Amino acid sequence: MSLRTFKGGVHPFEGKDLSKSKPVKDLLPKGELVFPVSQHIGAPAKPLVAKGDTVLRGQKIAEAGGFVSSPIYSSVSGTVKGIEKRRTATGDMVDSIIIESDGNFMEVGFHETEDVTKLSNKEIISKIQEAGVVGMGGAGFPTHVKLSPKEPDKIDYIIANCAECEPYLTSDYREMIEEPEKLIDGMKIVLQLFPNAKGVFAIENNKPDCIEQISNLIKDDEKLSVQPLLTKYPQGGERQLIHAVTGRDINSKMLPADAGCIVDNVATLMAIYDAVKLGIPVINRVFTVTGDAVCEPRNFRICIGTSYQELLDAAGGLIHDAKKEISGGPMMGFALYGLDVPTTKTTSALLCLTEDAASEYEETACINCGRCVDACPEGLVPSRLADYSKHGQKEEFEKWYGLECVECGSCSYGCPARRPLAQYIKTMKKQVLADKKKAAAAAKDKK
Amino acid sequence: MSETEEKKMPNVTSSPHVRAKDDTQRIMAYVIIALMPATVFGVFNFGIRALLIIVSTIAASVLSEYIYCRIVHKKNTTRDLSAVVTGLLLALNLPSSAPIWLGILGGAFAIIIVKELFGGLGQNFMNPALGARCFLLISFAGLMTDFSDYPGFQDTFGGATPLATLKAGKSVDTMRLILGNIPGTIGETSMIAIVIGAIFLILMGVITLRIPGTYILTFAVFTIIFGGHGFDMNFLVNELAGGGLMLGAFFMATDYVTSPITPSGQIIYGILLGVMTGIFRFFGSSAEGVSYAIIFSNLFVPLIEKATIPRAFGIRREKKEKKAKEA
Repeated sequence: MSLRTFKGGVHPFEGKDLSKSKPVKDLLPKGELVFPVSQHIGAPAKPLVAKGDTVLRGQKIAEAGGFVSSPIYSSVSGTVKGIEKRRTATGDMVDSIIIESDGNFMEVGFHETEDVTKLSNKEIISKIQEAGVVGMGGAGFPTHVKLSPKEPDKIDYIIANCAECEPYLTSDYREMIEEPEKLIDGMKIVLQLFPNAKGVFAIENNKPDCIEQISNLIKDDEKLSVQPLLTKYPQGGERQLIHAVTGRDINSKMLPADAGCIVDNVATLMAIYDAVKLGIPVINRVFTVTGDAVCEPRNFRICIGTSYQELLDAAGGLIHDAKKEISGGPMMGFALYGLDVPTTKTTSALLCLTEDAASEYEETACINCGRCVDACPEGLVPSRLADYSKHGQKEEFEKWYGLECVECGSCSYGCPARRPLAQYIKTMKKQVLADKKKAAAAAKDKK
Repeated sequence: MSETEEKKMPNVTSSPHVRAKDDTQRIMAYVIIALMPATVFGVFNFGIRALLIIVSTIAASVLSEYIYCRIVHKKNTTRDLSAVVTGLLLALNLPSSAPIWLGILGGAFAIIIVKELFGGLGQNFMNPALGARCFLLISFAGLMTDFSDYPGFQDTFGGATPLATLKAGKSVDTMRLILGNIPGTIGETSMIAIVIGAIFLILMGVITLRIPGTYILTFAVFTIIFGGHGFDMNFLVNELAGGGLMLGAFFMATDYVTSPITPSGQIIYGILLGVMTGIFRFFGSSAEGVSYAIIFSNLFVPLIEKATIPRAFGIRREKKEKKAKEA
């Protein structure tokens, strides 16, 4: 098993030791839970409940708003307090269903499937769709859409993204250590859909215990293998992961399926198992509360909808003043305005840091050192792209492949002039893509 | 409730929220450290006068930047240490017999004319130290090429630098060349001291071999073909060790600001440097050619970058597929 990786990338401080050794603790929330209707890419879900309704844990409270959408389930039993706009971790105000928990966690009946292998492909996908499974690593792309490529026979790799390359996060690690069988069974369910595919567990080599444990569990299965990867950020980026495992390259205009691959992360495969085998919709997830400002960093199995503040309190609160509170990891996570925001299907961590490198440093002149070029996993020249963004040069931005940026932040991380390169590039990318959308719409109107 | 309300609001910025340790100042400090072996050897080789020139040139450079920033109401940027690097590099490119005011004039020219007037650090298109050196070479040719205060200069070398001796068709002791016990500018004589510094820079991740490697290789090939001595190992080593080639290749051609940022552009730049240096040395009238080669190649950098925009990850594949589809 040779070590594989991609070109570029950076090695930020890992910080995983803070939370990796403690087992996942179940956390039952009190009081109010908030369920934004948009926890996925695609159309928002449509609420099925109204103020005053009583709901059970596992009851559908919003239905999918289309094919590329996903239903939402209540993670507690209680009363609907209302539907109103609430701030989410990304800073947006989103219509949300507010449920006051009655503290009893009364469940609807979940129907387990005796023998998953007897299910048809259609049944499997519909169970995944119905359970509201989306990419739980952060993207939130509805999993049933991902699992329905145009040509299923051409898929030859199902890659379990076990890289967990974001520093500080350990939720995937804990799940792999504590319930590896569930992860493997989740993979087997996906493999059932694709007759020509092999399943690969792609794990960074900073998790040797996971590599060993999963290798042992799958050694008799010809279709499954473990691929150790070099620990490097952003090893878990979809394009980087596919390259490392298969040697195939995809760009921004392609889907993994174009390279014969489907990539799902650990939490998603676990959710697939819950949905198909146990009949449980997405109501829980594992969540890391960590950072040097947190009293007792650890992982929790949370009820989705629990507020960040409640999770921080469960971890003993802060021992030091936090200069920055982040939803997600330090490389791609979102800085929080406050902790009064709900967890969703795609939020994986709360990180509280006593130091904030991003605002501590002042931007100085670019010295053209090329560290951003070496760091960029997409082979771009971030310093130039940032200049084009600053000066509004859209054509040059595209010519230098600005739209290929995966927004991993490696360029900003390594910049000795402390320029927020990724921020510049992200801003310009949004503008260019919006322009393109407008132009496409205008062309459509003309026709 | 009141406690959380009283709490200061945390910072909100775009990701990433962490940064690597190295900043501009630290990188410049690495370069200064890497130049120390050559500096110390220069002082040891040429005596206390060399130290005087080094200190005064650096002081002039830093002071020029400080005063310029004050005059134009720019933020004082001397803390980034880049002016120290410029002053040190310029001093290492001066003969120890040069008058003190020459270094001071050069330092001020490097910082004010070559660097600040073009917009300061990161904006200058020409290496400041080399720009100043060439200015001094043209304006004060006599002072800049007077290496006569080297002990035993007349007896051992017949009044010329090794390269001039070579050009006159005589040979030079190779071992002395490599160690650096020869006349020349303060910092260029010891190949060993320079290479030790260069290895440090490579290990610290400050420079890569792309530019200096292709530069030296190209120049070696050029020497074998056009040097007039064929594959004469002795001559080749003398050409590589003599003159400012090593100092230029590792410390000045690699100047971030004035070299291409694209990896393939750096290779082209290195080749261009090798060819230019060869032309200047073998077909030009002066024995030296490194400084001119570098500042001349600096002018090509924007062009080289435009021609070498790296193809983004996964792009080639798409093009191939498109062609296949069209066919």
